[in-house]
Amino acid sequence: MESILEIKTVNKAFGAQRVVRDVSLSVKRGEVFSLLGPSGCGKTTLLRMIAGFERPDSGSILLDGTDVAQLPPNRRQVNTVFQNYALFPHLSVADNIAFGLRAEGKPKIEIQEEVHRMLDLIRMHEHAHKKPSQISGGQKQRVAIARALIKKPKILLLDEPLAALDLKLRQHMLLELDRIHDEVGITFIYVTHDQDEAMSLSDHIAIMNEGVIEQLGTPAEVYELPKSRFVAEFIGDTNLFPGKVASVEGSDYCHLEVPGLGKILAYQDRPVAPGENVTLSLRPEKFNLSREKPTVPSIQNLLPGVVDTIIYMGSETRYVVRCGEFKLNVLRQHNRCLLEEKPITWEDSVWLTWHADDGNILQSTNGTPATTPNADSAP
Amino acid sequence: MKPSRVPLYTTLAVLAFLYLPIVVMTVQSFNAARYGGEWKGFTFSWYAKLFEDRSIWSATRNTLVVAISCTAVSTIIGSLAAWVLHRYRTRLQRLHYLVTYAPLVVPDILMGISLLLFYVNLKILLGLGTVILAHVTFCISYVAFVVLGRLQDFDYSLVEAAQDLGAGWGRIVFRVLLPVLGPGILAGAMLAFTLSVDDFVITFFVAGPGSSTLPVHIYSMIKHGSTTVINALSVLFMTVTFAVVVISQFFSRNRPVH
Ligand SMILES: Nc1ncnc2c1ncn2[C@@H]1O[C@H](COP(=O)(O)OP(=O)(O)O)[C@@H](O)[C@H]1O
Ligand SMILES: [Mg+2]
Repeated sequence: MESILEIKTVNKAFGAQRVVRDVSLSVKRGEVFSLLGPSGCGKTTLLRMIAGFERPDSGSILLDGTDVAQLPPNRRQVNTVFQNYALFPHLSVADNIAFGLRAEGKPKIEIQEEVHRMLDLIRMHEHAHKKPSQISGGQKQRVAIARALIKKPKILLLDEPLAALDLKLRQHMLLELDRIHDEVGITFIYVTHDQDEAMSLSDHIAIMNEGVIEQLGTPAEVYELPKSRFVAEFIGDTNLFPGKVASVEGSDYCHLEVPGLGKILAYQDRPVAPGENVTLSLRPEKFNLSREKPTVPSIQNLLPGVVDTIIYMGSETRYVVRCGEFKLNVLRQHNRCLLEEKPITWEDSVWLTWHADDGNILQSTNGTPATTPNADSAP
Repeated sequence: MKPSRVPLYTTLAVLAFLYLPIVVMTVQSFNAARYGGEWKGFTFSWYAKLFEDRSIWSATRNTLVVAISCTAVSTIIGSLAAWVLHRYRTRLQRLHYLVTYAPLVVPDILMGISLLLFYVNLKILLGLGTVILAHVTFCISYVAFVVLGRLQDFDYSLVEAAQDLGAGWGRIVFRVLLPVLGPGILAGAMLAFTLSVDDFVITFFVAGPGSSTLPVHIYSMIKHGSTTVINALSVLFMTVTFAVVVISQFFSRNRPVH
């Protein structure tokens, strides 16, 4: 698939604060692309540069091949769904939706037909004559989407569209957004600080931190193969092991010496050399937890530990296991009969195993020193 | 426990202080007695006399000319000032804010004297023009603060949404800004109108011969006796002012819902 949007080394500063730094990315036609990052990392600013509300200090923004970086918002085929909806309070739902076509001076009949189509899409015919103050948050959200989509933009920009809704409604609107995206087939760029929203909706995710894109990939890639400590910790939970490469085992594996834990075997996600400082990230669900010492092939790691905390969460249980000087997060799905064996309880001695391939050696980019122990997993 | 009577007495006392003079004045305006005082029967004759007095008509005309021009000018400038104060938070705008705020707290008499000195120094002839200018001077501030108050809950992303949907500034102003901010601007205009109609002190200083407004004219009538006609005039004057205030209150309470 070709790309509909190419952003090349875009920079933006407000005064001395560099809010967006050398951002480059490309968005494919028809996909849902998420900008994910903590509050204040520059997501909105980047989105506003795509929409035309801010001009980049440098760099280019190519929309379908033409540089639009210096064009005003009304000269780019891109429309925005604002975080607070920004519906016109004095206009009815139908008039709000019609606003963009009226501004273009389209004939009345055509406007009527298009508004009708949009009301179909968002399933809000019975509310067409209501004012924004008379409809619910989720409905306002849908009107804001219809009002933008009626312009047939090349890209629809959504800035934290679900942030103002409560949890139940958020899950419902997520499905609704997915359905609307499938129906119209327009490219969505979706800004959020919520990793679950981004993971469930997106084809690609760009993870931003302090104005920089830390990693860009599919949801599975950023989850399974985080490149940096920031990504590993921001997307889901993880255990971090700072250590030193003790020996390299062939071209695929290496042994790490982790102070306070011992030797562990890891897959070489990147070529490493003996003596190099590295950080290994291991997701909580990659562990296998058992009471009896299992016999495992040498490709698996095996560590003894003691159960420190148990958090029962229905479909799964979280354990904190003391292991050497570390406290490890372990997640176990309930995929077996509850009464099958004697349940694990506090202060039980247990064995942790995991496959060497499941650990992920971080790339230690952006200067994160690999030697400082993570606050959560340190003793 | 017996409900306390304090609220009732307080309310009665406040009502008496505020409205007794007005009630007395209103009753006297229908009293047939020539010099007021004891009740000599009901009459409309003071009102009739009022309508025959050419000088009162001319003062009324002056008042309306001044109030309407002042309202028009100060509403436009005041609203623009409010927009600028709301949108831009520069050091210049902080100064602008202080300067706009000052007329609300400076005593009228100072405003009157300084404006008079200003006109005299520049050798500007006192007349309706100077009165209008003086009224605009203080009305701008009131309009600006009323509109600024309404702008506090105005969401600028409405303007960005309109731009995003392809609207030019003309459409943004007439289809978004004025409909949404209209009630606030109208409330500011009504306030400017009543302040202008009511003003005595500043007008007293800057009005030239033949440009007296009603308040100034009423004052000079008191000096020349005939309080009964003044009662009638004041009642009419008060009724109109009150109506305008009520209408403006109505508009400022009917906020557009967001
Ligand atoms: N117009 C502006 N003027 C000055 N600073 C701004 C402006 N817009 C955003 N910022 C600053 O830029 C940083 C990033 O903001 P933003 O892009 O809104 O982040 P996000 O959407 O990721 O929360 C914040 O520190 C914010 O204070
Ligand atoms: Mg934001």
